[in-house]
Order: sequence, then structure tokens, then C-alpha cells
Amino acid sequence: MRQPHHAPRPLLEIRDLRVQFATPQGTATAINGVDLQLAAGQCLGILGESGSGKSVTARTIMGLLDTPPARVAGGEILLNGEDLLSIGAKRRRQLTGPCMSMVFQDALSALNPVHPVGRQIGELFRVHRGYSRKAAKAAAIEMMDRVRIPAAASRVNDYPHQFSGGMRQRIVIAMALALGPELLIADEPTTALDVTVQAQILELLKEQQAENNMGLILITHDISVVREVTDQVAVMYAGRIIEQGPTAQVLSAPRHPYTRGLAESVASEALKGHRLPAIPGSPPDLLNIPVGCSFANRCFLADEACTAAVPALEAISAGRQSACFHSQEVPSHAAYSH
Amino acid sequence: MPHTATEPRTGKTASGPIMELRDIRMHYPVARPLPFGAKKVLKALDGVDLQVPAGQTLGIIGESGCGKSTLARILSGLEKPSEGQVLFDGVDINELQRAERALMRRNIQLIFQDPYASLDPRMTIEQILLEPFEIHPDLVPRARRRAKIAELMELVGLNPDHLSRYPHNFSGGQQQRIGIARGIALNPRVLICDEAVSALDVSVRAQVVNLLQDLQQELGLTFVFIAHDLQIVRHISDSVATMYLGKVVESGSYDRVYEHSAHPYTQALLSAAPELRQGSSTPRELILLQGDPPSPIDPPTGCRFHTRCPIAQPSCAASEPRLDPLQGDHAARCFFPGPLNLGSG
Repeated sequence: MRQPHHAPRPLLEIRDLRVQFATPQGTATAINGVDLQLAAGQCLGILGESGSGKSVTARTIMGLLDTPPARVAGGEILLNGEDLLSIGAKRRRQLTGPCMSMVFQDALSALNPVHPVGRQIGELFRVHRGYSRKAAKAAAIEMMDRVRIPAAASRVNDYPHQFSGGMRQRIVIAMALALGPELLIADEPTTALDVTVQAQILELLKEQQAENNMGLILITHDISVVREVTDQVAVMYAGRIIEQGPTAQVLSAPRHPYTRGLAESVASEALKGHRLPAIPGSPPDLLNIPVGCSFANRCFLADEACTAAVPALEAISAGRQSACFHSQEVPSHAAYSH
Repeated sequence: MPHTATEPRTGKTASGPIMELRDIRMHYPVARPLPFGAKKVLKALDGVDLQVPAGQTLGIIGESGCGKSTLARILSGLEKPSEGQVLFDGVDINELQRAERALMRRNIQLIFQDPYASLDPRMTIEQILLEPFEIHPDLVPRARRRAKIAELMELVGLNPDHLSRYPHNFSGGQQQRIGIARGIALNPRVLICDEAVSALDVSVRAQVVNLLQDLQQELGLTFVFIAHDLQIVRHISDSVATMYLGKVVESGSYDRVYEHSAHPYTQALLSAAPELRQGSSTPRELILLQGDPPSPIDPPTGCRFHTRCPIAQPSCAASEPRLDPLQGDHAARCFFPGPLNLGSG
């Protein structure tokens, strides 16, 4: 989809990204032609199961892939028009922090266990802005306050293991937000946390995103988290985006059989006492992605056309795209009823 | 124990507890930080009373560290509690002699969270499924065992031709099916599922939940379903118990606990789950609790929830409420049970 001329340039634009991994068994295709756009201040959810390529997408944007075994086989990632795949290590260090940053799932391994948290947050200010030790510590306390860590001033010298899981994730978020990035990528930020703490962290992310007009990419396997936080959603399956559009529309009236299956397989109240409409089978082997649509062998609408060619991600209505030859029939078909 | 595979099984209509926990305490000693420091104990379970109704599903919800998994290990007889009784058919399983204990073990089986870690990577599926029959050799004669495990494979939706494969040849959902096949091999009466579907992807999770419910109907199993996924627990449970810091704080039938929660912790827990707030017939207001659950090493005095409770009064810190019945089998451990009214609280 091309932007109209008067529209502002998107903050992030990914074009036909392809990433492969060399494994002892052969080449695994983790990302197989992904196109994405994100405007400033927008919140995009990337929804997918394990192996769908959602985390690899995030790591490719941040330049965190181990190469080898990973290899970017093609595509562009433009952040404010600058291709992140062709910049050198020095430029990337300049961008990471002030322009883009990332929050990981496991906060304990994202923090250095032998340094106090205040020094780890302050380091960003010292390296990027040349703050003195004292000023960096004050800035760290301010950031800890901002993510609502109680009694921040007295905890600034504590080590990561002295904090609970939720507090650690707040510290990681404080580090990610410290230099006021335009783009924040959160990869399963609440998956390791308890429900009551998850609610706190999601509130914090929403609030910080709105206050700072950040672009936020939230990567998760949890439909309800996507629905709670994001404006736009991209559903990934076997390395491709198979449906994209405004979150509420995509999840309530899906136009791809996989999205519909995902949305229906959650145990809603009405299904109590009934069988869950489960998608049969399991996701394809990335070493051996089938010809044609990767979802065809699990799909209730598949025919010969689906196993012959890959359906392109095409506009189906204003702001919505689906990669299915039968996207028209998805809403009306009987689907996975049992 | 007189129950064998030939005894007729009761359907979901059966009532009365098949298992009962009486004042279970499980205390683990904690390593001292200094050689002469004070001895500390972690009270994983601190006075749990619970009844498991026969032929039904009891769901147990709560956050990490509340004692859910310790409860699973005690119910299945893997660990002896520090204090209290675990009754199966009215008999304390920890008082049994060796031979009776082996019989009891047939009747209570456990399914674990991580399907891959719970299967031996060096054994074929055939060896994994034959092992229960080798431990309990009198149940199925040697000549019939191979037919029996082929039946088991079909029952859990796997191809019996794949018996010679190893666990790593299967996907996560299939590995969990193998774990389930092993769990039901000895015709148990109680199946304890400790986060049995939590590690599975959404699309595969629904398949395994359906399988568990089919097996319950076909085999008349009693389930204890422990999970942090509140939506799955609502789907599968007939009754629900909420745990907080080693105690049951609310229990009752699923609709009482989910739709008419009386304990503020249950209400906050359920309201925090976006999947329950979205598309529910009764709208839930998000109750944001402050902070994290306290440590079970030094639990708060009085009501354990008072440090995070939105309606706590000074009296809550002074003495501990009991698990008092409210209506029918619905009970809550709170001095002020009932719908939360934060406007006046």
C-alpha cells in the first residue's frame, strides 16, 4: 500500500524482508517476505505462534541476529528513511537508544547481574549524552520514578536480583525509554509475569507510549494482550504476514482462515461446556515450507489454487489486507465447528 | 485398594469428594544467608483444606509462588506434606504400606507442564508407554500390552505406526498427547494436570483441551486442573479454588467463583486478565493491585492479602480470616466478602 503524497513518511518501513537460518538439517526460512509500516505514535501488535517469525522480525530491526547462523537474504528496513540493514556498527550504536530500543521477555537476563540497576540506567546517559556520574544517577532515579518503582532514590544502588519480576521489567522499560526513543519494540514483555503484574506493565507501556508519542511494536502470542493495547495488528504465520489492519476489526471480523481460527479457539464464556473450535494440525516445518499457502494443509477453505501459488497480501478494504485467495468467503464459512 | 480397571466408571454426575486435603502444610527449610543467621522456612502450603469432587474438574488458580504446583505434588503423592492428611477414598495415602501405595499410585496420575522435559529423550514412544505396565505388571498381561498401547495412541489422536519414534520427532502438542497417553495408561481415577496446556501454542492448546474433555467423558476421570490461564480454567472447570500465598482464599462452583467472586483477590485476579474483561456478559472493571505478591518466607500477618488489598481495614492485619461458607459450597477467606465497591472502600 502506497502512502498518499501528503501523508507523513512512516517512522518504520519494512520492505520484503527475508531472513534464513543455517541449521544442520538445512536452511530454515524464518521470515519469508514481510512488509510492514508503522507511523509515529502508532501501536502495532505482531501476533503469531512460536516459529511464526515475530521475534526474528524484531531482532532483525534491532540488529540483534547472530550472523551466522542467521542471514538476511533480502529486503530493507527503513527507520526515518535510513536503511538499517546497510548501516555500520557505529551508526547502529548511535541509533540504538535515542531512536529505537527494545524490551525483552526475560528481564533478568536482559540486565547485568553484577551492576546496580541505577548504574545500568545511568550508563545510557553517560555514553550517549556525556553526563557526569552524579547527573547520570539523578537521571536514573528520575527514570525509575517515571516507571513507578516505589522509593526509587533508595533502590538505585540495588542489584537486579533484589527486585521482583515485575519491578525488573519496569527497570528494563526505564532503560528502553531513557533516551526518548521514537520506536520501542516490546517482545513478549509480559509473558513471564503473573496476571496482576501483567496488567500493571501493560498500563505502563500504554501510558508511556501516549505521553511520548512513540511508535510501539508489541510482539505477542496472546490475542487478548493485542486487543488490549494495540491500534493495528499484523498476524504472522510461517514467516509471512497473513492479515493486517485495525486491531478491533481484524479480531472481530477476521478475513483470513488462520486469524479466524485463532480468534475462535480462545475459550470464550459462550463455549463453556462445548468443544473448542480448534485449528487441526500444527504449524509447518520451517525447513520445509510447503509450496503455495503455508496454511493450506490446515485450512477449511483450501483448494488446488492454494497449494499451487502463494497468495499475496492484498488490500481487501480500507486499511485492511489479507493474504488469502478466499478472503471473501472467510466470514460466512462454517469453519472449524465441531 | 479395591478399585481396578474393571469397576464401572461413574459419569460427570457423580458427587462427593474422591480426594480430600485436610489442613495440609508444606514447609521447606531455606538455606541460611549467614552461618549463624536465623533458620527460615518457606511455607509453600500453610493450612489447605480442599475437596476434589469425583468425576468433575476442579480448577486451581493463583499467581506464581502461591503453592499451586506444591499442591499438585502432594495430591499425586510425589511429596509427603509436613503436616496434614491427603485422603483418597477416605484413606490417607501417606499412611499406606508399600503394596497398597503402589495400587494408590495407579489411581492418581500427573501430567506436567513441559511435554518434552517429561519424556525421556533416549526412549522410543513404545518404551515410554510400556514402562507403566512394567512397573505395574499385573494390570495387563505381557502379550496384550502392545495392543493396549496402540489403543492408547489412538485414544489421544496419534498414529500407532509412530510408536518406534523418539520424543524429539514430535511437535509440542503431540508430545503432550504422549504425556497424556502415559498418564491414562493405568486407568487412573484422578488426573492432575499441572499447567498441562500452558506451554502449547494457542491453536494447539484448544486441541489438547478438547482431548482432555473427551477423555474425561469416556473414562469418567476426575481432573485437578492447575493453570494460570484463567480462560482455560473457566472453560474446563466445574469448581474452582483460588490460592494466595499457600492458602485457599476462595472456593466454590465455577459460576460462583467467576461470576460472583467474594474475595477481593479473586476479583482483582480475574479483572486483571484482559481475556476475561473482553467480551464477557458481565463487564469487569480493571482492579490494579499494587506491587507483587509478598514472599512466602515472611508472609504478612493477619490476612495474607491485606498488603495489596483495596478494601483492607486495620483489623485485617491483626487477625486472620477463616475460609467461611457463604452460600452452598461457596466459601471465602475474607472479613468483608462480597462484590467490591471501590467507591466507598
